[in-house]
Amino acid sequence: MFVPCGESGPDLSGCTLLLPAVSVGNVGQLAIDLIISTLNMSKIGYFYTDCLVPMVGNNPYATAEENSTELSINTEVYSLPSRKLVALQLRSIFIKYKSSSFCEKLLSWVKSSSFARVIVLSSSHSYQRNDLQLRSTPFRYLLTPCMQDSAQNEIQSLNWQEMEKTPCIPEMSDSDYCVRIPGGGITRTLYQESCSKEIPMAVLLKFVSEGDNIPDALGLVEYLNEWLQIIKPQSDDPTPSTLPWKIPSSWKLLFGSGLPPALF
Amino acid sequence: MAATFFGEVVKAPCRAGAEDDEEEEEERRRETPEDREVRRQLARKSLATFHLGSQSAPWTRDTNLRSSCLSLPQCRDYSGTVPSERFLSSTPSGREVRLLRRQTKASLEVALLEKYSCSRFIIAVGNNAVAFLSSFVMNSGVWEEVGCAKLWNEWCRTTDAVHMSPTEAHCVFYHLKSNPSVFLCQCSCYVAEDQQYQWLEKVFGSCPKKNMQVTVLTCRHVTDYKTSESTGSLPSPFLKALKTQNFKDPVCCSLLEQPNIVHDLPAAVLSYCQVWQLPAVLYLCYTDVMKLDLLTAEAFKPVLSSRGLKGLAKNVPQSTEILRKLMTANEVQSNIYT
Repeated sequence: MFVPCGESGPDLSGCTLLLPAVSVGNVGQLAIDLIISTLNMSKIGYFYTDCLVPMVGNNPYATAEENSTELSINTEVYSLPSRKLVALQLRSIFIKYKSSSFCEKLLSWVKSSSFARVIVLSSSHSYQRNDLQLRSTPFRYLLTPCMQDSAQNEIQSLNWQEMEKTPCIPEMSDSDYCVRIPGGGITRTLYQESCSKEIPMAVLLKFVSEGDNIPDALGLVEYLNEWLQIIKPQSDDPTPSTLPWKIPSSWKLLFGSGLPPALF
Repeated sequence: MAATFFGEVVKAPCRAGAEDDEEEEEERRRETPEDREVRRQLARKSLATFHLGSQSAPWTRDTNLRSSCLSLPQCRDYSGTVPSERFLSSTPSGREVRLLRRQTKASLEVALLEKYSCSRFIIAVGNNAVAFLSSFVMNSGVWEEVGCAKLWNEWCRTTDAVHMSPTEAHCVFYHLKSNPSVFLCQCSCYVAEDQQYQWLEKVFGSCPKKNMQVTVLTCRHVTDYKTSESTGSLPSPFLKALKTQNFKDPVCCSLLEQPNIVHDLPAAVLSYCQVWQLPAVLYLCYTDVMKLDLLTAEAFKPVLSSRGLKGLAKNVPQSTEILRKLMTANEVQSNIYT
């Protein structure tokens, strides 16, 4: 359930909700971190459930001594009212058998808060690509039917590639075709439930492998930015390297502590 | 998936945790109770046949199980491994957290802190934190047991989930006789991820009391501490703190720096307090000795001056001596070379 930070809940109707799926390489979560950090979004509440493994730590977006001691938990909601943007960040994995329950609670909150649309940032195993996918861009999108009505024209003008349907049972030659997102965590469940509940949802994902996924996260936010124009290029040069995405202060020591000098 | 050196293809754990295979587990759980009973009986039958050995016809795992398996509507292609809990109900049973009065074995009908009024709640998680509170706080006053939490998970020493003996409860709650609004919890068992929220519900309930201050003490191994230096050069044991937004008192040590995080029951308690705006502080001791250790337990001493523990420790030198004796009593004497 959503618990606001202050006494009263903010009005979220008409906003765009960005959220990650806990998926391969944690790319969606890294992308949401970049968005919250770059736009300096403020925390407005928590999405408190019994579905994710508890964790706490100090403010991952701290910029100074003063704001470095605010406690953060595993699911927090941030907003940028001027752009009608809301971001939900998930910082831990699902407790076994609780992912469906989380999807239900999340979509119920989406409906009750009257969000204008939901955008899920996710990823899928790059080794599961078929031959056509190997030869094309690693980015894909999916739109629920009611999102297609409003966003299809915009998306088409961007020349994006829709996520292909692949055989439901790859080993069978006459298998039905469906949308499969291996390594995507709850992405497919969220998409399918949103289709049936008529929630305007878009899924943006990248084919990735586990490793240093920061470049993948940067790629995914650039992909999102082509559509939403979250940040505009500072000069006329629209190349990705000129866009000022702010790396959060918590993105350090991602691969462990320093090494003992005696090792060398 | 990943390939091993020997040419096998195995499922590699994914950092993201949740995989699409969870959908299969969910589907399996949607079986009717009749399906589950049939599977259980099949498993029992095939196990019994296996144990009979020479008394029955030679039992081939593949043919016997596959033929009975195919008659069930949702059975998947069985690869011939020894039948295990895959055929039993996948709903975790025996993982409930129960709060009860140890003497009467009666369950508490309401959450512990809804039943009693509480101004201070101190929780020790782990053997060193428990030893510290035992020696310095519990030995300085008269504490009355008000309940205990009984739970079972794979980390528990006891193997029988149903008939746990009454003396095996590892999460005990006390209040101070001279000031019954001061509560203490000694938790030396591991509370698993799927039990932590249950524990919170049974202890804190659904109506959090904003005037209650919570103090949590626990330990972690120093290799969990992320720093740009090598962890080998850190002066362990050392104390770090995390506090909720509503905690306004000074802390007894420096705060835990990013990118360090905390998991398990202490994180569950602190998250609850942060969300429901309770003042709470977690004191975390990073140590290189996870078993009962004098230096590690003594590292919590600065916490005695905090508001959460103020006035609860009376005679520090005497308590230190009690702690030393506790450590000695728990040491395993090796006599291989005597």
